Amino acid sequence: MLFQTTSHASGAMSRILRLGAAAAFAAGLGAPAMAQGEIDKPECVAPAQPGGGFDLTCRIAQSGLEPHLSETIQVTFMPGGIGAVAFNLFNTTRTDDDSAIVAYSTGSLLNIATGKYGQFSEEDVRWVATAGADFGAVIVPADSPFESLEDVMNKLTEDPASVVVGAGGSIGSQDWMKAALLIREAGGTPQGMRYVALDGGGDAIAALMGGSIDVYTGDVGEMVPHMDAGTMRVLATMSNERLDEPFADVPTAKELGYDVEWTIMRGFYMGGDVSDEAYNTWVDAFKAAYETEEFAKLQSEKGLLPLNLAGDELTQAVNDNMAKLREIATEAGLIQ
Amino acid sequence: MDTILTGLGTGFAVALDPFNLMLVLAGAFFGTLIGALPGLGPINGVAILLPIAYSMGFEPASALILLAGIYYGAEYGGRISSILLNVPGDAGAVMTTLDGYPMARNGQAGRALSLSAISSFIGGTFAVILMTLFGPMLATFAVTFSPADYVALMVFAFASLASLVGKNPTKTLLGALIGLMLATIGIDANTGVPRYTFGIPDFLAGIDFLIVIVGLFGMAELFTLVEKQVSGKLDSLPVDNSFVKMADLAKSKWTIVRCSFLGFFIGVLPGTGASVASAVAYGTEKRLAGAEGHLFGTGDVRGLAAPETANNAAAGGAMVPMLTLGIPGSGTTAIILGALLMFNIQPGPLLFTQQPEIAWGLIASMYVGNVALLLINLPLVGLFARMLTIPQHYLTPMIAILAFVGIYTIVGNPFDLLLVTGLGVFGWFLRKMEFSLAPVILGFVLGGLFENNLRRALSISGGDWMILLEDYKSVTLYVLAVLVVAIPVYLQRRARRMEGDPVSREDAND
Repeated sequence: MLFQTTSHASGAMSRILRLGAAAAFAAGLGAPAMAQGEIDKPECVAPAQPGGGFDLTCRIAQSGLEPHLSETIQVTFMPGGIGAVAFNLFNTTRTDDDSAIVAYSTGSLLNIATGKYGQFSEEDVRWVATAGADFGAVIVPADSPFESLEDVMNKLTEDPASVVVGAGGSIGSQDWMKAALLIREAGGTPQGMRYVALDGGGDAIAALMGGSIDVYTGDVGEMVPHMDAGTMRVLATMSNERLDEPFADVPTAKELGYDVEWTIMRGFYMGGDVSDEAYNTWVDAFKAAYETEEFAKLQSEKGLLPLNLAGDELTQAVNDNMAKLREIATEAGLIQ
Repeated sequence: MDTILTGLGTGFAVALDPFNLMLVLAGAFFGTLIGALPGLGPINGVAILLPIAYSMGFEPASALILLAGIYYGAEYGGRISSILLNVPGDAGAVMTTLDGYPMARNGQAGRALSLSAISSFIGGTFAVILMTLFGPMLATFAVTFSPADYVALMVFAFASLASLVGKNPTKTLLGALIGLMLATIGIDANTGVPRYTFGIPDFLAGIDFLIVIVGLFGMAELFTLVEKQVSGKLDSLPVDNSFVKMADLAKSKWTIVRCSFLGFFIGVLPGTGASVASAVAYGTEKRLAGAEGHLFGTGDVRGLAAPETANNAAAGGAMVPMLTLGIPGSGTTAIILGALLMFNIQPGPLLFTQQPEIAWGLIASMYVGNVALLLINLPLVGLFARMLTIPQHYLTPMIAILAFVGIYTIVGNPFDLLLVTGLGVFGWFLRKMEFSLAPVILGFVLGGLFENNLRRALSISGGDWMILLEDYKSVTLYVLAVLVVAIPVYLQRRARRMEGDPVSREDAND
């Protein structure tokens, strides 16, 4: 932490310095990059097995912050209890670890809200920054009789048990929440829904293509590779506004008149007792990365849409999100 | 057919490029090592090396070829510690211990290693050929496997494994029950309710399969070794120069052919992989061996060839839905899918037309990789077999170190080390009481799949049990389940009727 210098400089100044540093680096001079935040052995903890969404979130920090931190971030894995192990560890033993950030998603927030993560809450950790966002989507197979979200909703209103809805998570997971929000909007209750809990997105897509389920409440990001293949149709996205290509022609549920919105926020938190200095270094590094085109490119490569919040802005957003999640979870009977 | 040949031509041009050829060899070699280490399996090998391959700036085709080499290599390597140490190197190699380890104790380690390398090669190559010819068609069929069909598949698996009921059926059933109970720990996949977690967050996601096998097999084996050492009952083995004989191959040829198809097909199904494939293959072959079935588990070459053929065939099969539909069939293929996306390659029906050099290059590299693995593995047999002559007081701590490092590398959670040790003590007690550990593992693997799919099927039907019999695929599997139980009984009766006229081996096999 000795060289904690320019990360606190004014934004414009640090940007110029950073450009200089980048240029020096590109020229192969390898001069010490003055604008980089100094973090000793930075680490991003993906609280899952390699290969999943948390891995992806950490890879964004690793590549995206490379120009903005003095050392490259190491990605480590801490599977166990759907992220609960990491959350508890950073609330008990590693509360003051200045070098480590931990990946989270809206799914983790939901688990905090429903008490699956134990006694600790969103107040006990420090929210650093986001990696980007993904959105819920209503997906049917190419040969489905459902032509629009309206068809699905009408059928659900008529008889909630007539449509088999499936997704990659158990009851109470965020995949289930998306289905529960749809059925609520159609006038039914989550308890009356025919929901099939599959094992992850890959399994859910297989079940959809094989005809075991009628509707899949998945994510926009995982649909990108399937959009050209013509095997599935996205009837609506659960975003607030229309998305860019390849989803430009897909309506949002809101514009079709259904108040269903599901944003999956992906980002990072730190232990509650980290030094302000380290916390600010991380936050500034993310803010600096958000300014670059490379970061935007990285997000789109990883199938995420831009949602760039860091520091206080993010803490506020997480608190708002938690209040909303608690409300929905209570309504759905997940919190007694 | 023409498109396949042209495609393969394109593919071999890519795979035989000297640089790519070197990558296949390197991947196969490191994969074998990773597979041989207890606790480290293909999923970790691919996950650890993926970022390295990416950062080295390889062409997409080259990086994928390297990863596929590691994936295949790890499936080959898993058998080594199964045979030599009675510790499965990865999930697909559990069944290999059953006959591989007894062979090694009988001074036949070299024979077991070379035979299993050859059956792995045949299984792997069969899978690539079937994939080349029928890939897209099979994948489309495989996704129509509904949860109800998986239930029927599990019933078939249980029926074929009923043959494992050995000298003491009660203990076998109890073992399977313990496995089923271990599988229920964690958040219930359907309702999201935690079961048997006792408020410990580490248990929420359930117990990892690797931890169960390293604990129950690896650590239990270790405790047994220490115990024998202390009581001075440990006999050292002479140097073992045995090698596979033509007679072994002749004896297991139909086993290898059957298990190639069986393993490939189970691998193609998105919900099942190498561990289920090898278990079903072993059970079915034991049943089909009829009167000779009791030799399985004592070092029978067929009992070794069956799971090794099937797990390599399944590894190839799992690539099919990933490449042709973009659906990963296993954890490892999920990571390879991630790698494809990282290079902006979108797997699916269009991959073969839009980027033929990548799709076909990968397939051609599997042919090359299998040959490379056979060539790497056969000369090393003698070297590996010599490991058994290492004095036990060096070997025992080595197994312990490998098991702990393996577990800690993947997960980085000290809790798992305690869990592995606890399961090891438990496994040691079970062995003292003459329980076989294989039924525990099978109960664990099949039980979870059986429960989840049954509950999914019933969610789909709204609680109507008839869904289990609605599809021809389910019904076919139930018929096969009955046959796999009935045929051996019939064969034995016929053998008894023709007393004095011994049933030839070929008859019993066919």
